[in-house]
Amino acid sequence: MTMPRNTGISRMKIRLLPGNILPQLLLILLILIMAFFLSITSPFFLTWDNLRNIFDHSALYIILALGMTFVISSGGIDLSVGAVTALSGVCMAVAMQSGLGVGISILSGVAAGALVGAANGCIISLFKINPFIVTLAFMSLVRGLALVITGGIPIYGFPRSFTWWGSGHIGPLNPPMLLAALLTVLAALVLNMSRFGYYTLALGGNEEALRRSGVSINLYKIMVYLLCGATAALGGLVVTARLNTAEPLAGWMLEMDSIAAVVLGGTSMKGGKGSIAGTAIACLLLGILRNGLVILSIPSYYQYLLIGVIILSAVIFAEAGWGKGLGSINRKKERRGRTV
Amino acid sequence: MWDRAGEGKKIPFIRLRNIKKTFGHVVALDGINLDVYPGEVTALVGDNGAGKSTLIKIIAGVLNPDEGELSLNGRHFQHLTPSRAIELGISAVYQDLALVDCRDVASNIFLGKEPLKACFFVDKKRMNRESEELLKKLKVSVPSVTTPVELLSGGQRQGVAVARSIKQKGRMLIFDEPTAAMGVRESAGVLELIRDLGDEGFAVFVISHNLHHVFTIADRICVIRNGRLVKDLRTKSATPDQVVGFITGTNRDIADTADIVNIKEGSITT
Repeated sequence: MTMPRNTGISRMKIRLLPGNILPQLLLILLILIMAFFLSITSPFFLTWDNLRNIFDHSALYIILALGMTFVISSGGIDLSVGAVTALSGVCMAVAMQSGLGVGISILSGVAAGALVGAANGCIISLFKINPFIVTLAFMSLVRGLALVITGGIPIYGFPRSFTWWGSGHIGPLNPPMLLAALLTVLAALVLNMSRFGYYTLALGGNEEALRRSGVSINLYKIMVYLLCGATAALGGLVVTARLNTAEPLAGWMLEMDSIAAVVLGGTSMKGGKGSIAGTAIACLLLGILRNGLVILSIPSYYQYLLIGVIILSAVIFAEAGWGKGLGSINRKKERRGRTV
Repeated sequence: MWDRAGEGKKIPFIRLRNIKKTFGHVVALDGINLDVYPGEVTALVGDNGAGKSTLIKIIAGVLNPDEGELSLNGRHFQHLTPSRAIELGISAVYQDLALVDCRDVASNIFLGKEPLKACFFVDKKRMNRESEELLKKLKVSVPSVTTPVELLSGGQRQGVAVARSIKQKGRMLIFDEPTAAMGVRESAGVLELIRDLGDEGFAVFVISHNLHHVFTIADRICVIRNGRLVKDLRTKSATPDQVVGFITGTNRDIADTADIVNIKEGSITT
């Protein structure tokens, strides 16, 4: 009875290092190719004003997609983020109108977003309902709430200290960019190095295993959706401050854009794997893409087409083993058959 | 007829007394008396529907018995809960192993018990180091503790699941069909691991259909039939044919009931 216990493992060394960051490297390569192409077709692309524009727009998507990265890597999805963006903006506007300070108004907006997120999480975890349908319902419910509160009429005219959050200047940059950068760093630390991050990924990988290890999976699920609601609300702050208007229809289709960025960034739709850096890079890529369409004067309707195509191809790529090499898929299937 | 010499001196890790469980009209367990000792591999064998799974679920706290008592360390319980069982050092390694496939070995071993540094960051270095030490002690070889579990073989996965149970301070390890759906070489590795755990002093409780495996690793074989413990044998003094006879009930001529009484008395005197 002295059999070696390690069997059939020698093959796997091939993928260990590059496999983890390959999707992100591919994205960066794609960005460079696109930038090269755009810079030779248009003299405007590589000007600072244009680049600043790209960063400015991408910042909003990054802020939303960060929360979405957590949700998707926990094996869920949140379709309500676009609506939450609008609702939180409306909440901030109403709070400011009623005479509250800017700081408190912003906080109330973020709290509203977090609350919607927590409600999503509670219903998903306590009633064990598919997150797709719960957040779909909340998408409509929250949008309706924003419309009811405003009566469908946008609220505008805010103090300068509020609009600073959208159009202020900090050196050559602006607050949304810095907010996005700060949140990216924070999110990367939390997802990869904190217990919350570990449990988020474990939730996506094998919920039952986490439960049997004595972790309250309901609590962590609620926290994941709460976080996503809060980042969506911060997105609401940026949108509302930038336009100086709280528009109940703001953030339309923003859930699509953030899901696209997350998937493109290499986070697995099945959960268990998430990349914050990938999400941020993917947002930049989508930002350059949009900018490129404008520079090349292609109608904005094509953006919808393109985003759809991008989501599809990213999911197909991921399913076929993003940068893992085809061998590992077969191995995975083999393993799955064995363990269930 | 089986050697119980020396057993009198040992204190059982867990002692089950008159455990009964019915599901509607079906009597799953009909008064089970069983002691599981540390440093010993006890195998529970029986046909499908004999009550094996019900019994381990009761020990692991997943099910509550209708009647009877469990005692550990001189404490008596009517029933356990999963978290109470883990607290008391009972750890079940389920058939599906409950591993998070996409996470690495160390993260799985420390799942739910991650050490922290600076009150926020998971102390990954410590997890890796301690996982390596533990796996080395268990003689489970993995390419690296940072390998995702999905890339491991069945035997290695079992090793990781066992390491996690031990990390959760498990003193009694319950294995439910540990070698099911495993190749010959992998089974051999797992069996050796289980045998080693017994020698290390863990109370090991194994359910298996494979009598060959049972005879390879177990010190003691308990046969369960129709919810009753019909035979408690020392492996040394038993033959597979005999055990098959007890499992199917064709070997009934040897007085079952007398054995049960023996077990009862034995435990009272210890």
